[in-house]
Amino acid sequence: MSHALETQGLTKVYAHGKTALGGIDLTVEAGDFFALLGPNGAGKSTVIGILTSLVRKTGGSVRVFGCDIDEDFARAKSFLGVVPQDFNFSQFETVWEIVINQAGFYGISPALAASRAEKYLTLLSLWARRHDRARTLSGGMKRRLMVARALLHDPRLLILDEPTAGVDIEVRRSMWDFLAQLNREGTTVILTTHYLEEAERLCRNIAIIDHGRIIERATMKGLLASLHAETFVLDLAIPLGELPPVPDFALQRVDDHTLEVTVDQAQSLNQLFMRLSEAGIQVSSLRNKSNRLEELFVNLVQEQPDGEPS
Amino acid sequence: MNPGDPARHPWVAFRTLVRKELFRFLRIWVQTLVPPAITMGLYFVIFGNLIGSRVGTMDGFPYMQYIAPGIIMMSVITNSYANVVSSLFSAKFQRFVEEILVSPMPDIMIITGYVAGGVMRGLMVGAVVTAVALCFTDLNVASPLLTLCVVLLTATLFSLAGYINALFARKFDDISIVPTFILTPLTYLGGVFYSVNLLPPFWERLSHANPVFYMVNAFRQGMLGRSDVAPETALAVIAGGIVVLFSACVILMRRGTGLRN
Repeated sequence: MSHALETQGLTKVYAHGKTALGGIDLTVEAGDFFALLGPNGAGKSTVIGILTSLVRKTGGSVRVFGCDIDEDFARAKSFLGVVPQDFNFSQFETVWEIVINQAGFYGISPALAASRAEKYLTLLSLWARRHDRARTLSGGMKRRLMVARALLHDPRLLILDEPTAGVDIEVRRSMWDFLAQLNREGTTVILTTHYLEEAERLCRNIAIIDHGRIIERATMKGLLASLHAETFVLDLAIPLGELPPVPDFALQRVDDHTLEVTVDQAQSLNQLFMRLSEAGIQVSSLRNKSNRLEELFVNLVQEQPDGEPS
Repeated sequence: MNPGDPARHPWVAFRTLVRKELFRFLRIWVQTLVPPAITMGLYFVIFGNLIGSRVGTMDGFPYMQYIAPGIIMMSVITNSYANVVSSLFSAKFQRFVEEILVSPMPDIMIITGYVAGGVMRGLMVGAVVTAVALCFTDLNVASPLLTLCVVLLTATLFSLAGYINALFARKFDDISIVPTFILTPLTYLGGVFYSVNLLPPFWERLSHANPVFYMVNAFRQGMLGRSDVAPETALAVIAGGIVVLFSACVILMRRGTGLRN
């Protein structure tokens, strides 16, 4: 089976001399749910821009399902569906016009476009709003509209650039379910997001990009397993005046009701609770101080030297 | 073949863009179709009726009848240009041009789709202004084929010019500079209201460097059977202009000018 996406030595230098990508080698297998993460300005959107022809690459090669964009970009683009970060539809058109027109631009016949529009607008809870102008939709609806629009030509590779930015948790979770189902049905998905919980929950493979270079490429499980220590927040059942000594664990008192503890791979939570019990500390609840992927992400990005790639 | 491959329905994408452009200016008809009717109606009242009655005849025609083809052509020129420049620039400014750019539509199809929108608006406004003109004067069409050819080619030429303007425009000011400082003077000096034969020799010769002069006169030839220039020459100038501007559009699209980084 060919790769859904394969880039080799992908570079982008803008006219004013800024290097946005310093040689990206990236492979995404067909059927994967892939996370492309990185801090703001790392180069994620530039990669997506090159795939969709909105940004012209300076060097390197890109293949989408084996189709080289330098040889037949139109065919490569027909495999792609894109959900951009910012709203990019006419606010004066109706939901129906937006999705039907987009299908038309991909050469989909009006009859087929209408049936697919009904399917995706229904699945994304927009069917009742199909005759409304886009400007009247809520932020979450606009995001769902862009997802529906990207699916009308039945793409084999769906690229989502922060699809849940600024939407409430309910919409976000329903979007996650929808995307997971889409992936199960065979669509390859590439996701960029700042919600690392989203990436951890949905994606099987991950690449982290910083300063225009890939700094980590791993399976999600493998990456999370490399986390040597996790920090937990303990909410106390009984307020604590002074922190008693707790052997083996580095506890930190945040306030009368809260403690923080770092547990490394060699230790277990059972041991922790035993020691806390021995010290007379009663815990009512426990949570991760930060998302596990977030902890790894911050560590990896902080290790990188500042400055753009040469 | 991929189900989304436009090669399956090569004209669906083009038809979609043309229909989108048509609905765009029809949706805002109060801004696009009504103002030219009022403006050109005022031209007929002031220049044709009030002043024209004192001018008498021009090249053997009542002044009102003489200026009618030029005024119709002026509305076709300004509206075909305005349609493409405002539509493409708005799509660029609000970023929904990306809907088209990310699709497999070839550049040539994108250009011709927008140009078709400009031509449709130019023709529609031309028809409205003709209807207004008929309220003031009789109009006979001496050569329907020539009239149709000239109006189609002129609308195409100025739609292409509007397309190029929109590609280079970065702010809304940039789409009004060309119409205000170039298009309007060229139109007024292109023989809409007078025959260039009335000008001193130097200014008459200079008028031949104005492309609008050929369009107005070829259109007048088509309607009245009277022109300051041979219609073959005029058609060649317009067709040459289309070839040059279309080539420029294709090259600019290949370079990504104004649309792609």
